[in-house]
Amino acid sequence: MIELQDLTRMFDGQPVVRDVSLTVEAGEIVTLVGTSGSGKTTLIRMINRLVEPSSGRVLIEGLDAASLPVHQLRRRIGYAIQGIGLFPHRSVAQNIATVPRLLGWPRARIEDRTDELLELFQLDPARFRDRMPHQLSGGQAQRVGTARALAARPDLLLLDEPFGALDPIIRAQAQTDLRAVQRRLGTTMILVTHDIDEAVLLGDRIAVMDAGRIVQYDRVARILAHPETDFVRAMTGGPEGVFRLLSLVAAAEIAEPGEAPGPPVDAATNLREVLSLCLSSGREALPLRSGGRVTLAAIRALAGRGGQ
Amino acid sequence: MMLRPATVFAILVGLGLWLPLVQFKPNRIAAGEGIRLDQALAGGPVIALAVLGLLVLSCIWRMPDRMRIVLALAGMAGSLVVLGHAARSLSVEAGNLARLAPASGFWLMLLGFSLMLADGVARLGPSLPARWLILGLVLVAGFGILASGMLDQISVMREYATRRAAFLHEAKRHLQLAFGSLGLALLVGLPLGTGIYMMRRLRGPVLAALNILQTIPSLALFGIMLPLLAWLAATLPAAGRWGVSGIGAFPALIALFLYALLPVVSNTLSGLETVPRATREAAVGLGMTRWQVLGQVLIPLALPSLIAALRIVLVQNIGLAVIAGLIGGGGFGTFVFQGLNQMAMDLVLLGTLPTIALALLAGIVLDLLIEHVARGRP
Repeated sequence: MIELQDLTRMFDGQPVVRDVSLTVEAGEIVTLVGTSGSGKTTLIRMINRLVEPSSGRVLIEGLDAASLPVHQLRRRIGYAIQGIGLFPHRSVAQNIATVPRLLGWPRARIEDRTDELLELFQLDPARFRDRMPHQLSGGQAQRVGTARALAARPDLLLLDEPFGALDPIIRAQAQTDLRAVQRRLGTTMILVTHDIDEAVLLGDRIAVMDAGRIVQYDRVARILAHPETDFVRAMTGGPEGVFRLLSLVAAAEIAEPGEAPGPPVDAATNLREVLSLCLSSGREALPLRSGGRVTLAAIRALAGRGGQ
Repeated sequence: MMLRPATVFAILVGLGLWLPLVQFKPNRIAAGEGIRLDQALAGGPVIALAVLGLLVLSCIWRMPDRMRIVLALAGMAGSLVVLGHAARSLSVEAGNLARLAPASGFWLMLLGFSLMLADGVARLGPSLPARWLILGLVLVAGFGILASGMLDQISVMREYATRRAAFLHEAKRHLQLAFGSLGLALLVGLPLGTGIYMMRRLRGPVLAALNILQTIPSLALFGIMLPLLAWLAATLPAAGRWGVSGIGAFPALIALFLYALLPVVSNTLSGLETVPRATREAAVGLGMTRWQVLGQVLIPLALPSLIAALRIVLVQNIGLAVIAGLIGGGGFGTFVFQGLNQMAMDLVLLGTLPTIALALLAGIVLDLLIEHVARGRP
């Protein structure tokens, strides 16, 4: 569990982050979303003390972050950034092994861990281990950067706009992959983004930041259904708002008994996709592979209730 | 019309054939007369014609680069051999007092052939090992020709023969000055460059101070240091025992060190600045200490720039170390300034030629090293 207590950071007499308190449950992904200049990057950089808080404290599993020598603290917290920042003079394996080497792991354990991570990120160890960073594509470099951040099994992984340098198609894949990796490892993650769709896709909870404060912090569905301020409403709503809501609900949740024509879909398919399939194939209902059906009317009714 | 390089080299060598090969002087300081290749040797006209023929051929037929390299190497060695032979045959007639010095024709031929070699090597773009091999061959051939005694009748070699012990001593001193000042400059300049990289505020003042140092002429610098160092040696006997004095090797070392500081500091700074910001941030964010960031990330990435600084400074200091001769600091400059005082150009050459050869050698060796370091990088 990560607790931020009354964190404030002043730059030149101006507060950039004011009185932020936030608790992140172990094993969850919290996405920190806000406009640029909202203080979200400063906030996560206070967690690994790249920026020292002006006041307040950070507790990681109950331990005050300020009580550790700063480099030891950072070795326990993974950190991946927009520019990725792979070391250009070191191979992929050496890059991933950075923190384990700093921690003095035995060589065999480092090698096992490196290969394990390469496989986890779908990079064949035999092919990628000895490549140099300039021989990687943007998506591969991003995966290596995240693998490097996870190498020493950190309690917490901080990601600052990790997909910012990727083009949209690769970004969507990278987001799905990160979600899958997090589900397998159960690592607690805090991810900074300015993209609300990325925040909805990846987050268990979303913290919306504006002008240095957290204006709402809640489960994704609640943020979308009950925005508490105009800022959050503007951020989450708009013409796309209803689709974001539908993307959180699985088809199985509003299934009803009955038949429907055409090829069946998975029970886990989200309603946004179901809606899209209905419209594109001109059907009023889709059959589920596990039995039953989802009707367009049920989706419309759910959307009308704000996702409840 | 654009001149092809081959034509330029041919014109240079052709001019060399036409100009005097050796200069004949009745004694060491008398004015001399020039003697052409065809006059200097029994077989001279034949050799000159043969070379001329090859030159014309090289202009009209685009020969393979390998062949041009071999031809250039043969030409360089041949010029030396012909010079040696001419000097030997002429000295038999003229007696022991006479001096035979290489003249403009010889230098032009040597220049033409070495440009041809450099051009050929650049065009062929041989692998690194092959370039080490070519350098080694040139060195071995050069030493071989010198050791064979073929050139012993050349005036510079006769100056050398009478000063063998002094030459070796000054050579050692020259290298000590060049490498010693380089070592000092690295010892001070690397930390200074790293320091101003980390403390941005100090950059302006430090670089400005070093720039000003660089513009002070060496004589003026000696003038400034002389009273200071003499006073230091007088007041601190320990300093005197350590070699501190107003004239001699110590102020020369300090001057070379000061001139070397700017290139070392500015190259260190620019090398460190090429490290991408994201790379540095990642290193810090992953939990490297300040020294680990420096040692594992910044310095390895700045290395090509640091070796470039090493090259600039070493070549510069080998050349500049000649000025030590001016204040009794030793080195090849000793012969240069003795020669100038005695109007004996052969003696000046005894100081100049090895200095040029050393600077060239240092430059080439470090260039090759830089390529080794730069290999496998993006």
